Amino acid sequence: MKQETVTIKNRAGIHARPSALIVKTANEYDSEIFLELDDMRINAKSIMGIITLGANYKSIIQIIAEGDDEEAAVTAIVKLFENRFEEE
Amino acid sequence: MKNNFTVLDLIDLDLKDHNALNLKCLAGRKGLNRIITDPEINRPGLTLSGFFEEFAYHRIQLFGRGEMAYLNMLEENNIMEAVKKMFSYQLSCCVFSQSANPSKQILEIAEESGCSILQTTHTSAEFSARLMRALADIFAPQKTIHGTLVEVFGIGVLLTGGSGVGKSETALELIERGHRLIADDTVVLRSVNGNFLMGSGRNEMLGHHMEIRGLGILNISHLFGVGSIRDKKQIQLLIELETWDREAIYDRIGTGDASKEMLDVNIPLIKMPVKAGRNIPILIEVAAMNERLKKLGYYSAQEFDNNVLKWLESKNARNLYSNNSDIF
Repeated sequence: MKQETVTIKNRAGIHARPSALIVKTANEYDSEIFLELDDMRINAKSIMGIITLGANYKSIIQIIAEGDDEEAAVTAIVKLFENRFEEE
Repeated sequence: MKNNFTVLDLIDLDLKDHNALNLKCLAGRKGLNRIITDPEINRPGLTLSGFFEEFAYHRIQLFGRGEMAYLNMLEENNIMEAVKKMFSYQLSCCVFSQSANPSKQILEIAEESGCSILQTTHTSAEFSARLMRALADIFAPQKTIHGTLVEVFGIGVLLTGGSGVGKSETALELIERGHRLIADDTVVLRSVNGNFLMGSGRNEMLGHHMEIRGLGILNISHLFGVGSIRDKKQIQLLIELETWDREAIYDRIGTGDASKEMLDVNIPLIKMPVKAGRNIPILIEVAAMNERLKKLGYYSAQEFDNNVLKWLESKNARNLYSNNSDIF
């Protein structure tokens, strides 16, 4: 299991477009990937799940992956957060 | 249980009709951030009289007519020590029923101690009942799972299964056939009094939307009408969708009562293999109807088995009868 903590850096938070980006990236890996915010844990391969997290600016999110390519999966998703989902 | 349920969250609760708490904040806005840790109510009669042993200060303090009259008496006689001492505790909040307005002095004491003073239009009895109901719901053990919750012929059916197995597509067809969607993708389960599981969506603002691969995000209530949605529903049947596995052994008769424990509640479980040619929505409709029959006391598979046994028994009896030669 690989785990990493990220903070949301784009002002708008995770709305539809960033969540689609996360799902697209997550689906490139076989590992089970989850996002965790407070007491809520959702599957990172589900768009509606990610949107219902309601992750706004500065929320702290745990990215958890389990599987053969967990390292690569977490790194790729962390990178999306770091790049602010290509938004300002 | 929801973490960090604050007094502000209590005021913000979106409860309707016979559940509404009708709360508003009169003073002590700073106290709205205080966290409610105990889903109980305390009537601070004893406390006001100066008795502080076993004072349940972390509970919500409810002032009814009696307490209000006592407060007025205290104020007239200018003996406010007990009141001041009471507010020196870390109270979660104080609620005055029947729109009673505490005096300016009390509001000031509360303001100073950073405890919020709320007011409700209900009577104390009514407010306690409503508050207990609301808090029982909030403090119930809860869990968020990946799945889709639909109501089929009045039975709450929770569909689970891996990503891409077709939960949303199945639910969509069920909705199209006149059944109802409660939540797609993220379902919040609450164990109500430890007796049954209540399922609902995570977020009412975003509820009743579905994401279907190739179509994108759909608003179900706009597409199919308000009749096709529901806010919450008891979970009565769990269906695990899985891709057809040649090796796996599936229930062929239906007398083996599989069930799964979720939050200490047992839910009947059906493992439903998915493959081309199996129309899952129709299978789920039938499973739901069968579940209703079981609730009415009619158990198809068991009844069938009983009939087979009876038939074999009668055959035995017949053979016995016809093979015996008459003795007279």
